[in-house]
Amino acid sequence: MSKSYYDPADLRKFGKITEWSEELGTSFFDYYGKVFQEGALSAREKSLIALAVSHVVKCPYCIDAYTKDGLQRGITKEEMMEAVHAGAAIEAGASLVHGVQMMNKYEKLSM
Amino acid sequence: MATKSLLKRNNELANANRQLEILSNGIFADGELPTFKDKITQTGQFPLRPRKLEILQINVGYMCNQVCEHCHVDAGPDRKEIMTVETMKQCLEVIKNTGAHTLDLTGGAPEMNPNFRWFVEEASKAGIKDFIVRSNLTIIRANKKYYDLPEFFKKHNVHVVSSMPHWTRGKTDKQRGDGVFDKSIKALQELNAVGYGMPDSDLRLDLVYNPSGAFLPGDQMALEADFKKGLMEDFGISFHNLFAITNLPISRFLDYLIASENYEDYMYALVEAYNPSAVQNVMCTNTISVSWDGWLYDCDFNQMLDLKVASKVKHISEYNEEVIRNRDIIISQHCYGCTAGAGSSCQGTVA
Ligand code: SF4
Ligand code: SF4
Repeated sequence: MSKSYYDPADLRKFGKITEWSEELGTSFFDYYGKVFQEGALSAREKSLIALAVSHVVKCPYCIDAYTKDGLQRGITKEEMMEAVHAGAAIEAGASLVHGVQMMNKYEKLSM
Repeated sequence: MATKSLLKRNNELANANRQLEILSNGIFADGELPTFKDKITQTGQFPLRPRKLEILQINVGYMCNQVCEHCHVDAGPDRKEIMTVETMKQCLEVIKNTGAHTLDLTGGAPEMNPNFRWFVEEASKAGIKDFIVRSNLTIIRANKKYYDLPEFFKKHNVHVVSSMPHWTRGKTDKQRGDGVFDKSIKALQELNAVGYGMPDSDLRLDLVYNPSGAFLPGDQMALEADFKKGLMEDFGISFHNLFAITNLPISRFLDYLIASENYEDYMYALVEAYNPSAVQNVMCTNTISVSWDGWLYDCDFNQMLDLKVASKVKHISEYNEEVIRNRDIIISQHCYGCTAGAGSSCQGTVA
């Protein structure tokens, strides 16, 4: 066992999750594959969305995977950074919008 | 960015045997990853055998005006290996009689061979259907004596294939050196000006894209569309097709992979992307590669690894297409670069 929770080499072993549950694992990978195909959104656009979400869910495996995916697609670093900011802005906004709740509660409790 | 070849720097990777050792050690020796031979055996494709010869690729020398970081030739201004007129004459004899429909001149920068123009003139008389010169673009702007290359290519109906890592400046200069992007753009505009790459023009201009780093090329058609859009919108440049080529783990690219600690991940990525249907069409099945000194190889990569054809006939001076065709192709783990994803060859994807 490795001494840290995350090991970059584990990403390569992702496919192995099917070994302990063939049906669920395979369903997941089929679904995953279909999601990222060309559709109403291009595969390139979906790659940038995935990169942004990877940051929001803070998954180091996903960040590695979608940075590489972006490079393979010729996505520029400016585009990648803007996507990360889009994710981060939503995350910051999601925290901040709760400020309204704080204000409401404050008002309610105050004379 | 280095300005000298591995050879000049006395880097151990200038030695072909050392490269082959690295490619067979570590993850491939301890069974973590299957060797290329095991892999193609599993899919019933060992030994690799050539089909009919279609492409004769001639490397006229390793000298180049650039020292790109990913170069599999280890080319550069300090390389002195240049094809002589004698060897060129031997090549011309073969060109006149070959069954191949494509002649593909490469280097280095082939234009730097002092007898390049004479050779092109003579070779073009043989009437081969498709006559390719691989030009790195910056050479056209490197020195006054090369300024008329677009006209020269046009006169001999040469099909120009040029490398371009990205449609933006940053990525291009990082892989190929400062200023390469601007010079390449200028060269492309000049090629367009004489008719190369224009939508209905017979003067073919194709671009080669190699990833600028430790990752595989994305979808060739999607990249072509992005390149076309980027180059047209920003610079008014047209070209015909884009060939997306995988960097093979040899020479300077191998050196880069090891130094940047990307080697194992890269080999994993290549093996994972193994595609048996690409194996059927790898370049060595329809190509013969000739080195500056006339030796024959299964491909340009095997040339750089000094793996001469496994045939009685090993040199252009004794060339015999029938005899050479009856051989097994020499393989090692670098071959995974040709079979990943949609496959890769000097003409782009193969699967
Ligand atoms: S990749 Fe091409 S242009 Fe760059 S150094 Fe090698 S031969 Fe020259
Ligand atoms: S590296 Fe050469 S020998 Fe190996 S598969 Fe590619 S073309 Fe064939």
